[in-house]
Parts: sequence; C-alpha cells; structure tokens
Amino acid sequence: MDPVVTAQSLGRRFGHRWAVARLNLEVDRNERLLIIGPNGCGKTTLLRMMATLLPPSQGTLQWSGNGDDPRSVIGLMGHAPGIYEDLSAADNLRVFARLAGRDRGDVPSILTTVGLDGRSEPVSRYSAGMRRRLALAHLLQTQPALALLDEPFAQMDPGGIAQVSRSIRALPGAVVIASHQVHHAAPLCTRAILMDEGQIRWAGPANDAEAAWRALHRERGDL
Amino acid sequence: MTAVLQILWKDALIEWTARSRTVSLLSFAYTILLLFAFAVGADADTLRRHAGAYMWMSILLCSTLLLERTMRIEFEAGAIERLLLTPVPPAALFYGKALSNSVQLWVVGAFTIPLVVVICDVSFVEHALWLLAAVALGGAGLAAPGTLYSAMTARLAGRQLLLPLMLFPLIVPVLVAAVKTTSLVILGDPMDQAGSWLVLLACFNLVYWSLCGVLFGRVVDA
Repeated sequence: MDPVVTAQSLGRRFGHRWAVARLNLEVDRNERLLIIGPNGCGKTTLLRMMATLLPPSQGTLQWSGNGDDPRSVIGLMGHAPGIYEDLSAADNLRVFARLAGRDRGDVPSILTTVGLDGRSEPVSRYSAGMRRRLALAHLLQTQPALALLDEPFAQMDPGGIAQVSRSIRALPGAVVIASHQVHHAAPLCTRAILMDEGQIRWAGPANDAEAAWRALHRERGDL
Repeated sequence: MTAVLQILWKDALIEWTARSRTVSLLSFAYTILLLFAFAVGADADTLRRHAGAYMWMSILLCSTLLLERTMRIEFEAGAIERLLLTPVPPAALFYGKALSNSVQLWVVGAFTIPLVVVICDVSFVEHALWLLAAVALGGAGLAAPGTLYSAMTARLAGRQLLLPLMLFPLIVPVLVAAVKTTSLVILGDPMDQAGSWLVLLACFNLVYWSLCGVLFGRVVDA
C-alpha cells in the first residue's frame, strides 16, 4: 500500500449535522476510486476536505509525497469550474500555468484533448458543459498526484461524456470521482465506496457499484 | 514578489479584456463630480473650497464598485479555489490584488483631476507632486482594507451593500487625510501642513497593508 492520502476518523460538522462522520479511507497512488451515494451523503464535503479547502471538524488527513504543502499534489474539479469568465479558455490555462510556474507550451494540445480548440471567445459565452471541460483541462495541465473530480459528467452531452472519460483516463496519478452517473464513472475506476449519512456503507470493486447503489435505494424505499 | 507580480499581470489581463467596465467606472466618477457641481450650483467659491472633498467622494464611491467587482471575478466561478491550490501564498494573493486595485484607483484619480480643474476652476500645477502623492497614498489606503473586506463579503448575499457599510468607517482617517492634503494643494498651504497629512496617510497605509496582508489568508480559507 502506498497511499497518496489517508483519512482517519475524519468528520465534518455543519451546525449540529455531521456531513461526514468517523470516516476512514486510503487512496493509493495511481488508484481510481469512485464515490457514490445519495444527495447530501457527504461526497462533496469529503472531496473538499481532501482538497484542503475545508478543514475537518474531527480526525486527520495525511497526504504523502508532497513536501511541506499538500496543495502542490492536489487538483480539484469541483461544482464551480474555477475559471475567469472574461478570459478565453487558452488564457485561463496560461494564467494558472504561469501562477503555478509551469510550462505554457502545452495549452493548444490540452484544449484539443477536451474539444475546446479554436475557441477564442471569453468563457462567459460557453455552455455549462464546455466550462466543465475547461475545468478538466486545468487538471490535465496540472497533472496532479491526486485528482478530485466532483460530478465530472454533470451537464454533459454524450459526446462530452466520451471526451471527459478519455481525459480522465489520461490523468496520471490517483483519481477520485464522486458521481451519481455510476454507469459512466464505474468503467473508469477500480474501487468504489458507497456513502450514506456521512459514512461508508459499502466498499468493493467499481464493477459492483451499481448493484450496491440499487440495493441502498431499495433499502431506503426509493425504488 | 514574483507571485505578486503574476497576480497583478493576471488582473491587468482581465481588466484589459473587459475594458468596457473600466470605461463605465470612469464615466461613473465623472457623473458624481458633475452631480456635485449641479447640486452646489454656480457658486464658484464653494466649489473651489470643497473641490478636494468632491474629488475624493467620487474616488471613494467608485472604489466600492471597483473593489466588489474585482473580488467577484475571483469568487463567481470558483477561480479563488483554483488559485488556493496553486503555490501562490495567500499573502501574495492579497498584495497582488491590493496592488491591482490601487493601480485602478490611481487611474480613476488621474481621470478625475482634469474635470475637477474644469468644474471647480482650480489649479494643481504648482503643487502637482503633492497632489500625486495624495492620490497615490489615498488610493492605496482605500485599496488595502477594501481588498480584505471585499474578500470577506464576496460570498454573502447583499455584498454590494455590506462592503461600503463595513469599509467606510474603517477608511475615514484615510479619507480625511487625503481630502485635507488635496484641499491644501488647491487652496494654498501657508502653514506647510500638507507634508504632515501625507506622513499620516503613509502611516495608515503601513498599518493597513501590514495587517490586511496577515488577515487575508484566514479570510479566504474561511
């Protein structure tokens, strides 16, 4: 086991409600982990804690191979695309590459990968799906050791889903995907966990995730 | 320092791309000055005596629009989170944003001066350097706490109202010192007080720029 991130007894409380409670999880280097669960089960909270953007209320998170700053190994594709609306897609990538002190020469090829090449208009004119593809382009450019993707297939057309799937496969390090679209996300992952009320209810191979997901729904009387 | 300049460059690129917003801001500054002139009427002496106050009220009102807008750009599509995941330290982010806001306020100040000269019938030529120092220090004195407070209010509903409500009480000393210096430049300074007011402005800047730089990291992390 060579974990890139380890959570021990991790918890996060909002007011009196625990969004994540006493959660233990390890994500190995180069592992592809799928997180599924109903709305409000704590998927996004867990990802944001793993991204260092939300401090835990209890427990610890440890990142490895990061020197002093865990943020240097993390890439996040959250609900918000993390872009500047007034700039073009290429300028957005150049700005963040420059701030991260990276080479900016790969911008055209990354935009081609996510299907946004040849577009010079400001991002404010993009559709929601195109904005998410640009967010994914940021991850491809950063090549993080731990990529955290929150609902990467949301607002995507079938062509966009195929493109995003290809791009996720191209990510080099560990990838954690939180998604409701299990049939799109499971083929990209090796392991899955099912969360409910802030805790892990099931863990197993990603191929079995859809069955576990249906079993939870039946148990809750949703199906 | 490199990170501060990178943030400054990023903001310059965004402002250049959306430069129509800067034109709107300058038009707003001119509109305020003209409204003061219309409200006072054809009383040349009153206009002349209060020219410094009109100029700084115009800059102050523009600053609330400017500060809210430049921070909204960071928060509206989650760019701030991506920035926090880059190696740029929060302090560098603050100083880059505050410097960018200062530059834009200096531009607003520089554009208001010719209209103040025309509508208030005043001359700054003799003490132009004193006036430039007042605009530089006054603009920076508004920008530092304004950048911090705009980050604090950026995620709140009603931020356009909350920002001036929280910011204005804090920047009263800067406003008083900037208006005093400008008025002394316009009306004459027989007691050589302008220098003392500029020193006071510089001291407020020192306090605001140090303190806000320390606090900014906590604000954006929260």
